Amino acid sequence: MGLVDIAFKFGLILIIFLISLVVAMYSTYAERKIAAFFQDRIGPNRAGPFGLLQPLADGAKMFLKEEIIPTNATPFLFIVGPSLAILTACIGSAVIPWGQQITIGGHIVDLQVTDINVGVLYIFGVVSLGVYGVMIGGWASNNKYSLLGAIRAASQNISYEISMGLSIIALLMLTGTLSLREIAEQQHGWNWNILRQPLGFLIFIVCAFAETNRTPFDLPECETELVGGYHTEYSSMKLGFYLFAEYINMFISSAVMATLYWGGYNYPGMDWMLAHTGPTIAPIIGVVVLFAKTFLFIFFFMWVRWTIPRFRYDQLMDLGWKILIPLAIANIVLTGIVSATLTHFGY
Amino acid sequence: MGQGYFVNINMSTFYFIAFLSIFFSILVITAKNPVHSILYLILTFFTFTIHYILMNAQFLAIVNFIVYMGAILVLFLYTLMLINLNKDSEPVKPFMVKFAGVFGGGILMVALAASLKSIGASNPVILQNPDLGLVKNLGKVLFNEFLLPFEISSVLLLSAMVGAVLLATKDTKTA
Amino acid sequence: MESLSNKRKVLEVKPLNFLERAYLPAIAGGLITTMKHFFRKPVTISYPEEKREFSENFRGMHSLKRDEDGKERCTACGLCALSCPAEAITMTAAERQKGEEHLYREEKYAAVYEINMLRCIFCGLCEEACPKEAIYLDGDIVPADYLRKDFIYGKDKLVEAPLNQ
Repeated sequence: MGLVDIAFKFGLILIIFLISLVVAMYSTYAERKIAAFFQDRIGPNRAGPFGLLQPLADGAKMFLKEEIIPTNATPFLFIVGPSLAILTACIGSAVIPWGQQITIGGHIVDLQVTDINVGVLYIFGVVSLGVYGVMIGGWASNNKYSLLGAIRAASQNISYEISMGLSIIALLMLTGTLSLREIAEQQHGWNWNILRQPLGFLIFIVCAFAETNRTPFDLPECETELVGGYHTEYSSMKLGFYLFAEYINMFISSAVMATLYWGGYNYPGMDWMLAHTGPTIAPIIGVVVLFAKTFLFIFFFMWVRWTIPRFRYDQLMDLGWKILIPLAIANIVLTGIVSATLTHFGY
Repeated sequence: MGQGYFVNINMSTFYFIAFLSIFFSILVITAKNPVHSILYLILTFFTFTIHYILMNAQFLAIVNFIVYMGAILVLFLYTLMLINLNKDSEPVKPFMVKFAGVFGGGILMVALAASLKSIGASNPVILQNPDLGLVKNLGKVLFNEFLLPFEISSVLLLSAMVGAVLLATKDTKTA
Repeated sequence: MESLSNKRKVLEVKPLNFLERAYLPAIAGGLITTMKHFFRKPVTISYPEEKREFSENFRGMHSLKRDEDGKERCTACGLCALSCPAEAITMTAAERQKGEEHLYREEKYAAVYEINMLRCIFCGLCEEACPKEAIYLDGDIVPADYLRKDFIYGKDKLVEAPLNQ
């Protein structure tokens, strides 16, 4: 690995990091705007043209708010909570392949920070780590509502991680690899995994909603019951970090869904494009395609948020344990039988 | 950059991480607050993950990460948060328990010392295949050479699960 | 009990069928409904730029009227202050001097006329009480402000603009 490659790598990390932050920032704007459209309103339109500067104004407001650490809180852990939340949200993007290999001025650059051979599991680990930020913050606040929110977050995440893992196993039985790069390469052109794993994708997306604490599963921060849930005691940028982490999580899980099931950076006619536009432009189109898919998923997240009311807690647990897990196991068995039969008959 | 350079880096990282592991595990048992103790345990497990990565056992590293840090310790933390951790609810241990603790610890110490004595003579283990820890190789080993223990352990887990379900459903009938 | 009007409809709660229990068709239906709203025209009126049309008897900010020659009609009789249920109006009367005939219609006029807009309930009783048709609540909505003292409107804000301007 030469110096130039390392420089490209660092540039890529920086760019992905910045993109995550900017996407998260504008997700808050998009959320408010989309919510407004769904409710026949206009939404934020005062700061800049179409309200485009609204996220900046919100950020400035967050920074200028008073920093409060409650007297009976554990100060160190109170700060560690939101930091962990945003850290785990940001490192998830490391294994996502944003595009094919691109040639810039004779250098072949991988549009992926690192291609570890357990990429899917890495994402999983990061997701499971994400709950610590919520739990530590909720506990350190020394507040009943925060603690209840934290406990809800923990049990919800653990419950849905199981069915998420089981739904991925069915996918992995088909791909035969844990590397996200290889999974993306296998879906070349039209050969997307959603066509082979529709049920798996359905389970996965439901679990993704639960893991990112989005409505209809936003019980950890359920305002009607728990004041503000785990971030009741938080103010200023520490609160901002929690909110930000949620949006980054949404972005990353959208990108993961697009990569695992919806073909990632692949699109029909990509070979023709590669032949006609060369190895620099074609991968960039792939990146654009992946981002388009990701944004569609983010839109779907918001669409669902403004449509479906929140689940009750026992309903949430019932759905996770009694419906999704058996369904995911059935999916695994079905996938196994079908793929074994197909191999037997020589397909 | 020769091979020696990397070995050196690896060795010093290893010593540093090993130091951290021991440091955090001591903090686990000395921390006054049980929740802090669990948090130190999380850090200890995180250093274990780094150890696995240093040994090029990526699969084990990530599984340790997911299962221990991501699930088991979350459950630990979860239950600890629900327990009332007042100072006066701490039970006073009778003398016999303390004595048994010291006695058991002493025996463990003797056993460790004895085993350390015999370890010094053997050669350090050299890994035949440095890529053994990668998923593909690990899967092949697990499902060929060690298929029987693997399946037996899965049956063990299943029985534990069935037992848990049984315990959970029994309560509702009597109540 | 037997219903007399025969309009009563007996509802029975049927157990959900499979499609209803599967929950997904209902979610899809909900998503379609919200999507329809997505493309609907917003009902918002962006207030300071666009204004909703006021009804004819809308009562907004007060204005002190002038007569056909541009003289102030108010004679500081105090009936408006007396009728005001919120006691929002105060005034100080003064005698018209020589040479001020073109300013004030009556011999007595209000040197100071103040309405506290935070007290005012816009009931319109001052309008009713005025014998000189000098006060009307025909203005706009009273704008917001930062300080309480800025809500006490004096003659500078209340009196109509002079005619020949």
